[in-house]
Amino acid sequence: MAGLITTLIVTPLVGALLVSATRNYARALALVFNLITATCAFIIWRHFDPSLPGLQLVERHSWMPAIGAEYLLGVDGLSLLLVVLISIVFPFALLAQRMDRGFCALMLITQAALYGTFTAQNFILWFLFYEMSLIPAFLLIKIWGGEKRDRAATKFFLYTFLGSVAMLLSFLGIYFVNGTFDFASLAELGKTRNVLPGNLTWVAFAGIFLGLAVKVPLFPFHTWLPDAYETAPTGVSMVLTGALSKMGVYGFIRLLLPIFPNEIATLGPWLLTLTVCSIVIPPLVAWVQADLKRMVAYLSINHLGYCMLGLFAATAPAVRPLEEMQAALSGVFMQIFNHGITAATLFYFVGLLEQRRGSRGIDDFGGLMQRTPLLCGWMGVVMFSSLGLPGLNGFIGEFLIFKGSFAIAAGYTAFAVIGLLFTAIVFMRAMQSLFSGPLIETAAGLPDLKANEKWTIIPIALLMFIIGIAPQALFNIFNTTVVQMARLLA
Amino acid sequence: MSSWIVTSIWLIPAAPLAFSLLILSLTNSRRAAAAGLAITGQIAALAMSILAFLPTLQTPGFREVHNFTWFTFGDQALRLGWVLDPLAAAMLIMITLVGLCIFVFSAGYMAEDKNFTRFFAYLSFFSGAMLGVVIANSLLLLFVSWELVGLASYLLIGFWIERPSAAAAAKKAFITTRIGDLGFFLGMLWLYHASGTLLFYDNGNGALEPNGLLKIGSSVTLVALLIFCGAVGKSGQFPLHVWLPDAMEGPTPVSALIHAATMVAAGVFLVARVYPLFSLGAVNGVTPSLTVVVSIGVVTALMASLIALAQFDIKRILAYSTVSQLGLMMVSLGVGGVAAGIMHLIAHGFFKALLFLGAGSVIHGLHHEQDIRKMGALRWIMPVTFLTYTVGMMNLSGVPFFFSGGWTKEEILHRTAEWPLSRLPHYLMLAGVVLTALYMTRQVIYVFFGSKRDASAPHESPGVMTMPLIILAACSIILAIFLTPAWPCLHAYLNGEPAHLDLSALVQPMLFLSLVLVAAGIGLGWLMYRNAGEIDPLARAQPGLFRFLENKMWIDEFYEHTFIACSRVVAHLSDFLDRYFWDGLVSLFSGIAQAFAVLSKGFDDHAINARVDDTTTGARRFGRLIAAGHSGQIQAYLGAIALGMLLLLVLYAWLA
Amino acid sequence: MNATLQLFLIISSALFSIGLLATLSRRHAIFILIGIELMLAAANLNFIVFWRFGSQQQQPTGVMVAIFSIAIAAAEAAVGLALVIAIYRHYRTTNVDKFDSLKG
Repeated sequence: MAGLITTLIVTPLVGALLVSATRNYARALALVFNLITATCAFIIWRHFDPSLPGLQLVERHSWMPAIGAEYLLGVDGLSLLLVVLISIVFPFALLAQRMDRGFCALMLITQAALYGTFTAQNFILWFLFYEMSLIPAFLLIKIWGGEKRDRAATKFFLYTFLGSVAMLLSFLGIYFVNGTFDFASLAELGKTRNVLPGNLTWVAFAGIFLGLAVKVPLFPFHTWLPDAYETAPTGVSMVLTGALSKMGVYGFIRLLLPIFPNEIATLGPWLLTLTVCSIVIPPLVAWVQADLKRMVAYLSINHLGYCMLGLFAATAPAVRPLEEMQAALSGVFMQIFNHGITAATLFYFVGLLEQRRGSRGIDDFGGLMQRTPLLCGWMGVVMFSSLGLPGLNGFIGEFLIFKGSFAIAAGYTAFAVIGLLFTAIVFMRAMQSLFSGPLIETAAGLPDLKANEKWTIIPIALLMFIIGIAPQALFNIFNTTVVQMARLLA
Repeated sequence: MSSWIVTSIWLIPAAPLAFSLLILSLTNSRRAAAAGLAITGQIAALAMSILAFLPTLQTPGFREVHNFTWFTFGDQALRLGWVLDPLAAAMLIMITLVGLCIFVFSAGYMAEDKNFTRFFAYLSFFSGAMLGVVIANSLLLLFVSWELVGLASYLLIGFWIERPSAAAAAKKAFITTRIGDLGFFLGMLWLYHASGTLLFYDNGNGALEPNGLLKIGSSVTLVALLIFCGAVGKSGQFPLHVWLPDAMEGPTPVSALIHAATMVAAGVFLVARVYPLFSLGAVNGVTPSLTVVVSIGVVTALMASLIALAQFDIKRILAYSTVSQLGLMMVSLGVGGVAAGIMHLIAHGFFKALLFLGAGSVIHGLHHEQDIRKMGALRWIMPVTFLTYTVGMMNLSGVPFFFSGGWTKEEILHRTAEWPLSRLPHYLMLAGVVLTALYMTRQVIYVFFGSKRDASAPHESPGVMTMPLIILAACSIILAIFLTPAWPCLHAYLNGEPAHLDLSALVQPMLFLSLVLVAAGIGLGWLMYRNAGEIDPLARAQPGLFRFLENKMWIDEFYEHTFIACSRVVAHLSDFLDRYFWDGLVSLFSGIAQAFAVLSKGFDDHAINARVDDTTTGARRFGRLIAAGHSGQIQAYLGAIALGMLLLLVLYAWLA
Repeated sequence: MNATLQLFLIISSALFSIGLLATLSRRHAIFILIGIELMLAAANLNFIVFWRFGSQQQQPTGVMVAIFSIAIAAAEAAVGLALVIAIYRHYRTTNVDKFDSLKG
């Protein structure tokens, strides 16, 4: 099945063209194209042999040989997992609100860029897609955002773009010395020697690290995130947290960790400290936020912090048994997927509340449980999933990350566990002031979930239950990749 | 090879869980169906529990496990499992039986509630999760069920969601127990890392079996203590006991089932389940971790029974008594009396559920009045409730012979007396016995004796509520037969030994001692509270002490002003830093870039552009200057040529 | 008084000076032309004198150059007169002080 991945990337682009040409039914058309990409993703999943290591369904064409750029696409377990995630998050985000054709078209472009980012295996191609996702996201915030959208959009764009530039420069440096942009060969190089002579390695490392740390984001490079997530329209917030934030983590896994093992090891304790800060401080900040969306945004930083904890533990300068590295990496992969779904759903619910009430201050609601039990019930499910209640999807990833990290970096992990407590406090506070207590008058007339909303929520919530109870299908996608990656990083 | 009973034991928790989901999908109006389904689920669980109980009776020390792979990650498998042993079987019976009584009682108690169906869904969900805790053969599965139990507790405490106090209590319960659970979680991670498995029993390779214990080695004390943190949170032990009295905001059947009989006892069960971790490397039955367990238990037991003396809410008194009894069980486990502790747990499950349901019946009869000062003289109005409540009170106070609580408490006292490290716990527990008898006598006198202080018309509860009371009272008396030292049948069952009859064991000094102490407690109570009125006699005699106890030793206030206030300050500080420092740094960088841009524009405008302009104007001016010499007059040009020639001549002449 | 080289040179420089003076001081364009002719005459005289007092008298080089020069001068005078007439037609004057179109 050659060209399957290209089809996957091109379909949303074609969709964007068609959508921008239609007058009505833009969203419906966008959803149809999402159906096609989802089918594509499903076919890729079926054709993917999870028992084989390395890339599959590879498409390799010469592109610009002079600068080592190749059109190289392929999926391994991690890429496939993310392709599946995007195929779920995007239709969900499109369903979150009714928007005009420009919005839908930009969303489809973002989607294509993300598919490309997660399947490209050559730096130039990867970077192209990576940047391609940035511009529609910027426009989506800038045009359809809420209050303060100009400032937030500019901040988002400049901040992440600065990181990208630093990363590009570093990669050019690496290319001039090593003559390749291929991820796999760079990883092989990184395993045996420094990719650049002397201190230049550090400069390149710093550039790439900056680019990715901003994207994830890692504390203290996170300040663009609450503004952007808060201002963006619901669907864009969902995409930002559900899909775009994964680009950073993906970059860490694909680029930084394999290419710079020595630097990562040298900086290990510092990186772990940053990670623990990313885990513990944002939920504290979330605790005192008055805006629901901002609260969820901060918790998103915390959840990605767990991913980074797993990654940095798997590369920490300590005794690293292979099985613990596997646990940490599996946990990270699970967490990537679960956070994508859970955080997006949380934003969806905040969006529902905002649509109904016209505002999203945490104190603008109260006693909702009496009026809208279904909405509260399902939102509660998602909140519990996000705070890592066993039986729902959030727990498995966190458990494995903590299991792996604890064995390698016990002290840091013990600190990071406090994040679980603060997350619980944040959600408990939110649930208390939203759902319980006497019904606030201004919230009295709010309608419960409508039929279409119900049918949007239930499949996603069921997915949370399924992953929480029987996650094997998801693990099957990436188990071999985890084994291979653990061996690579060991 | 495990028998079919063990492989299908998961059906016991699954039945209530499935019924819970079924009830949740019902509409609010299907009340009878909801109650019916919940009770059916509970009956099914009870029947299966009895079925599971039978094989454990036949073989002393029966233990079978069924392990399976939950999922594989990387190239390893994460395995979970179920275990059936006397501990699990006894707990199953207790939980399902007590649960069934409480389910039936709830059908009457909650009859007028508008969210009746939701209540039964939650209750069934709780029951399933709790049964999951009991049969788990993996610390992870236990933890999973443990958290689900916590969720059920959260939902049920906050069941009357329109009450802000209920919502606050639910939040407090969830967060406080989660603090303990963090320790539990870390302990679990450590255990997993150290022993490579989370299964308790796995053909000799489980974490609690010799091979596994060998691998854990010296870190076992810390592992045990971390796991104990979870037990402290769940079982309301000091210093995390603060949530349990507040949890009384939930409906009374919930308090009876979750916050008295089953969930709060899960901490004790947990310690008993992982007991080999605590006792590994014991010298004379003493290890550091067990000593911590004893200390926490003693402090909790005494503190709670003191506070119980000065409470006026009928349910809060019982809540503190629960805390105190759980402390007692912990002491028992700590001094090595695992069987005694579990026996007390089971007996406590019955009689405390009985007491709570009795209290519920009183509250129901008094139209939701909970203040014991407003009750009184109910013994004639609510005879069934009174009689059964008295049975419960006798159990709790530790009256031996007919009451199961008496026997188990006596055995615990016996075990504390044998503790080699110190006699202090023993004496303190003896004091605790007196205090327990005292506060229970106070409560009974306030509620059932004296004069009627309530204006409303109280009534006896309907049969659907009194029936469970009678059954539970009967159970707690019948259970006593199996608990006597003369025929220590449950003790032997739990320890995996055959039991035999020995009437001489009945006669021992400890028995008389505890009899005297209980009599002293009840007598003292009778003397003190016989004529008690609006003002508590203790408050009259010792107002300062009473206020101290009435305010729960100000522990809540202490937490509020230290930990909670501190974390609030830190949270606000972090928010401030985030907004102004970290974001300020970003703004600073962009500001620097902007300043550089302004500077560079200034340089362009004023240095480069202006100098180029200057040069051109200079050139033009110079041209003007030169042009001024060109008059346009031919003769001037000619003159200049002549002059030039002349000069050349002069130059030539001068050079030659 | 002998006819020496010096005498002739003095005469020719006087002639040149008179021509120069006329050229520089007269305002009428025709007179300026006449002055120029005087200076040319001085130059021609010099050619002949240096040939006459020189070492190679058998070859008539000086005379030849002088004749040649006179011929060119005649042509030049014609051109000059034509220019003067053209200017006169344009400006209606022959006063050179009025011609300042070359002013910078």
